[in-house]
Amino acid sequence: MDNSRTLTRADLAESVYKEVGLSRNESSDLVEVVLKEISDALIGGKTVKISSFGSFSIREKGQRIGRNPKTGVEVPILPRKVLVFRASHVLKDRINNRA
Amino acid sequence: MTKSELVQRLAERNPHLYMRDVEKIVDTIFEEISRALANGDRVELRGFGAFSVKERGARTGRNPRTGESVFVEAKRLPFFKTGKALREHLNGGTASEEDDDEF
Repeated sequence: MDNSRTLTRADLAESVYKEVGLSRNESSDLVEVVLKEISDALIGGKTVKISSFGSFSIREKGQRIGRNPKTGVEVPILPRKVLVFRASHVLKDRINNRA
Repeated sequence: MTKSELVQRLAERNPHLYMRDVEKIVDTIFEEISRALANGDRVELRGFGAFSVKERGARTGRNPRTGESVFVEAKRLPFFKTGKALREHLNGGTASEEDDDEF
C-alpha cells in the first residue's frame, strides 16, 4: 500500500474535537484518558471487549529456552504476559470491503 | 471490561462530562481507527500500540475434515502490535515516555 498514511493521537483528537464539540485541548486529553483506562484494565489482567471492533486480552507465556541467533548461546526467556488483539468480524469484513 | 463498562468508568472519573459525550468520544476513537484500517492506513498510538493491515495472498487451503482442496481468496487482516511502554507495564516494568520511541 503505497499511498497509505499513518494516523496518530492527533488525528483521533481532531475527530473527537469535531464530533463532540469539546475544546481541542480537552479532546486531546480525553483520547489519552481513554487509552489509559484501557491500558489500566489490561495491566490489571482484564480483557477489554469493544463491540464491532475487537477484543484485547492478556496471554501468559511460560518460560522457555531461547537462543541468541548470532552466538547460538541458550538463554532462558522468562515467563511474561503478552497482549493479544482479536479483531471482530465486523472489523475484518469492513477491512475487506464487505461491509 | 466491555465498551459500556469502559464508558461508565470514564463517566465516573470525568463527572464534568455527559455520559452521552463520553460514549461519543469512545465511539469516535474506535470508528476512526476502523475507518483508517478500512482505507489501508496505519494507526500509531505511541506507548499503546499500532494497528495495521496485512495482505494475505490467495492460497489453496484444505478442508481439514474432508481433506478437500478449497480456494481461499486473498484478504486483508487487521493486526495489532503492542507499544513498548504498555508491553513493559504489563510485565511490571516502568517504561518512561522518552524510552517509547519504538513499537
